[in-house]
Amino acid sequence: MSLDHDQTTDARVRERGDSAVLRMSESALAQLGVIDAPAGVAHDLAEDETMFINMGPSHPSTHGVLRLMLELRGEMVVRSKPVIGYLHTGMEKQGEQLSYLQGTTNVTRMDYASPLFNELAFSMAVEELLGLEVPPRATWIRMLLTELNRMSSHLLFMATNGMDLGAVSMMIFGWREREEVLRFFEKVSGLRMNHNFIRPGGVAADLPDGWRDDVLRLLELIPPRLDEYDTLMTGQPIWQERLQGVGVLNTAEALALGVTGPLLRSTGYAWDLRRDMPYLAYDKVEFDVVVGTYGDSFDRYAIRLNEIRESMRIVAQILDQMPKGDYRVQDKKVTPPPRARIDESMEALIHHFKIFTEGFKVPEGEVYAAVESPRGELGCYIVSDGSAHPYRLRIRPPSLINLQCLPYLMQNGLIADAVANISSVDPIMGEVDR
Amino acid sequence: MGVLDYLRGFRVTFDKLFEERVTTEYPEEKSPKPDRLHGRHVLNRYEDGMEKCIGCELCAGVCPAKCIYVRGQDNPLDEPVSPGERFGYIYEINYLRCIHCDLCVEACPTQAITETKLFEFSFTNRSDAIYTKDELLVGDDGLPQNLPWEDWRPGEDVATSAWMRATSPAGDADYVGTVGWSGELGYGVRAPEVGQFGEDPEPPAAEVDPVDEGGHH
Ligand code: SF4
Ligand code: SF4
Repeated sequence: MSLDHDQTTDARVRERGDSAVLRMSESALAQLGVIDAPAGVAHDLAEDETMFINMGPSHPSTHGVLRLMLELRGEMVVRSKPVIGYLHTGMEKQGEQLSYLQGTTNVTRMDYASPLFNELAFSMAVEELLGLEVPPRATWIRMLLTELNRMSSHLLFMATNGMDLGAVSMMIFGWREREEVLRFFEKVSGLRMNHNFIRPGGVAADLPDGWRDDVLRLLELIPPRLDEYDTLMTGQPIWQERLQGVGVLNTAEALALGVTGPLLRSTGYAWDLRRDMPYLAYDKVEFDVVVGTYGDSFDRYAIRLNEIRESMRIVAQILDQMPKGDYRVQDKKVTPPPRARIDESMEALIHHFKIFTEGFKVPEGEVYAAVESPRGELGCYIVSDGSAHPYRLRIRPPSLINLQCLPYLMQNGLIADAVANISSVDPIMGEVDR
Repeated sequence: MGVLDYLRGFRVTFDKLFEERVTTEYPEEKSPKPDRLHGRHVLNRYEDGMEKCIGCELCAGVCPAKCIYVRGQDNPLDEPVSPGERFGYIYEINYLRCIHCDLCVEACPTQAITETKLFEFSFTNRSDAIYTKDELLVGDDGLPQNLPWEDWRPGEDVATSAWMRATSPAGDADYVGTVGWSGELGYGVRAPEVGQFGEDPEPPAAEVDPVDEGGHH
């Protein structure tokens, strides 16, 4: 079959098969052998015959170790199937061994591009089981850090999206700005990633001296850079042609697949947990939920770019409203005593020892807490048997669920667009496989 | 959409030629490390040279990566190693496992174990990755030992234990700025962080009305 130029750019009207076709059957794997022609026999590829190729797991554009089985007809992707599990590290299982105190060191490693969201979801779930109310300063610090984290995560997306589509300078630009945010995180938590900073009951430490100036500097530095991105990418005809109409998803499909985050919003459906199920203090700040119109890769790019701007708007409001006071819940059973208390009070010393050895016990029950991570709804489900460890820890990873829409996005698209599609889903494989 | 749009985009990249460089010539040149950075650990001493570690194994108990091995022993009566009854006579950290979460630093009741800013070190075999007391204990001057396979820069060995000080109020506003730690050999009693009450005198602004409707771009 021949492909003319029109099909590549105006893909919005493409027909999409039903899910039975999309679901790549086991036989697809079996057919791989058939396609390999026996040695020495000339193998004529008939015009309607398809070819299977594996993309990944070690492919620079698959964001880690995602493997895609693609069934191709010429340059066209007929069916595709993501294969996962190459980064499986058993983190959910590991979470059952670690106490609630240690748990954040584990969950923070799942979505390593937005570690603070993992910690937040986990902490919120534990706090709900404990029936704790977090002090206001802790809430606002959490909000400040997660919004900055949303920015750094989306900046990383800008970088990788540019890189995947050949805009190499964008890759460097995105990383340059992200580095600025990570530098602030390093000042706050001592680590660039995997912070272990948001803990059940509050945050590990107060913001460092001079934090306000650092954040103000970020708010000054980033907006002109985003305008640069607009010139370099948003308004660039090459960029537009590469993304517009590529990988179109509509609202019904997105909802049926459970897709959340920028992917769902790109279809025009304004769903953002920060607004629709407010947690932390999101009901006290003003921000817009950015939505798209066409549900294509360009919308997803534009949404993320504008969400960085919205996040900065929120951060500016947080700066004005940051309250003072405790930043960790003052419950002796959950929070270790201040260091100055250890020497003077036997009771404090005992609590200190108990919390750091066996951890704190959490009442029996089960709970689900969800936050809006840069990739979508990140949920944490914990079953507690009343001990100091979760009986079961389950994370609802937005990357995994968003990945399910890849076969939809890619069907009847060009293989060259496959990269654009993977990139615009923005999966973090650490979170997919856990 | 015209030729001009292409050119405008390319100009962004082109202009960078004349801007200041943001990259550094690593490893010759390094970006500054913040105080709270979690690096490899040190075992501290009191100002009189006594070891702070009492071999209580709290650090080993809290470590999520299970990379600390401690054994305590009764202090020899004639020549005590630490004040009090016991001291840590075996202390090992496996740096192939350590994730630098610094929970051990938060757990230690005597501030014996704290973090330095050093993270650039490598080993040629697995047993070298296990630091023992010989390597972890601070020298007679109270400074961390500069081991030959570690890349220390001037000033880096001074900034130790900032995370211990940052987490010491445990979220209690009443303890912000309170010194809850003892002096260290070579440093004396270190000053706490300024904290939230020293930073800016202005009170937080009045609350804004919760306005919140979905917007469109
Ligand atoms: S920093 Fe964390 S992983 Fe490393 S030794 Fe301390 S507790 Fe263990
Ligand atoms: S370093 Fe601290 S926590 Fe660890 S054994 Fe020694 S005194 Fe106890």
